[in-house]
Amino acid sequence: MAAIKKMMYINRTAPHGTVYALEGLEVVLIGAAFEQDVSMAFMDDGVFQLLKGQDAGDTGIKNFAPTYRALGDYDVQKLYVDKVSLQERGLVLEDLQHLTYEDEDEDYAEKPSIRLVSRQELSVLMDQQDVLFNF
Amino acid sequence: MLHTVNKSPYEKNSLQRCFEYATDGSPVLLIENGVYAVLAAGSHASMVEEAISQHQLRVYALGSDLKLRGISKEQMIAGVLVIDYVGFVNLAAESDKVQSWL
Amino acid sequence: MKFSIMVNEAPYSHQAADTAYHFAKAVLAQGHELFRVFFYHDGVNNGTRLATPPQDDRNVVARWSALAQESDVDLVVCVAAAQRRGIADVDEARRNSKDADNLAPGFRISGLGQLIEAAIEADRLVEFGD
Repeated sequence: MAAIKKMMYINRTAPHGTVYALEGLEVVLIGAAFEQDVSMAFMDDGVFQLLKGQDAGDTGIKNFAPTYRALGDYDVQKLYVDKVSLQERGLVLEDLQHLTYEDEDEDYAEKPSIRLVSRQELSVLMDQQDVLFNF
Repeated sequence: MLHTVNKSPYEKNSLQRCFEYATDGSPVLLIENGVYAVLAAGSHASMVEEAISQHQLRVYALGSDLKLRGISKEQMIAGVLVIDYVGFVNLAAESDKVQSWL
Repeated sequence: MKFSIMVNEAPYSHQAADTAYHFAKAVLAQGHELFRVFFYHDGVNNGTRLATPPQDDRNVVARWSALAQESDVDLVVCVAAAQRRGIADVDEARRNSKDADNLAPGFRISGLGQLIEAAIEADRLVEFGD
C-alpha cells in the first residue's frame, strides 16, 4: 500500500433532510481502519450535524448524532468547524456536542476534537490534503 | 488544486464558497448548473469577474454544459475560458487534487 | 496517471452520472488509467439492469456496462448504500432472502473500503454529486 495520505471529509449539508451526512459519516468510520491521516471539516449547514439535543422522537428516522462521539475512539481527532458558518446560524461552540479523543502522546489525556477555524485557516488546511471528500 | 462547481450561484452558495477558499491563481471549473455563473448580465457576474481580476483565478466552463443550456459566447463573461472533457481531465491531472463544491 | 471516480447521484435524477461518464471516457482517451468508479449514495441506482429509459434518451446503465466491458473498468456499488435502496446481485439477494436481484453486468457490489482504497491507490479522486 502507498504512503499515508492526508484525507479530509468536508461536510456542507445538514443532517436528516438528506442522507449525505449519515452516509458521509459511514465513510469516515470505515476509512478509519485504513490508518490514514484523516480530518473532518464542517461548513455551511454541515455545522448542524454536530448540534446537541438531536432527538428522532417518533419520526422513525435513525438518530446518528451520538455516533459522532465514537469518532475519537476511531482516531478521528481533528474536527474543524468553520467559525463564520456557526456564527451565521446564531450558534456558539457550546451548542455543539462535546466531542473528545484521548491523546496517546500525552498519557491519554482527554482533549476536545472540535476546533473552531477561520476560513483562511481552513483554506490552508484544505490545501495541505492529498484527498478531499465532499458530503 | 482544481475546484469544480456544479451549482448555479442563483441557487446555492457553492461558487461563493469556492471563491473564498480557492487560493490565488487556482483553476475553477464550472460544470452542470454551475455554468449559469458565466452570464455577464447576471447579478453574480461581478463576483466572477472579481475572482478573475483580483485573485487571478482561472475560471473555466464546460462547453457541452453551456451549449446544453443555451448559453452563447455573447452572453458570457469575457474572462471565462471554455473547455471540453479532455480539458477537464488535463486540469485534474495538472492539479494536485480536485475539490468538488457540490 | 491513475484516476478514481466517485458517483453520488442516480441517473436521470441528476446530471452527475452523465458528467462522471464523460469524464471517465476522457480519462481513458487521454491514456490515463481509471482505477475504479465507485457508486455511493443514490449513485448505486446507476447499477440496476432493470432501468428502461425511453428509446430517444441515453441509457446510462448500459453505457456503464459497456465501459466496463470495453475498457475493463472496475465499477463498484457500495453494499450498504445498495441495501438501503434495493440494489442487489445474486449473492446479496440470497443473503438477504430477496426474491430477485438486479445488478447490471460489469458492476460488482462491495464495501466502503473500496472507496478508501480507490482514494489511496489513485493519484486523483474526482467526485460527482449533488
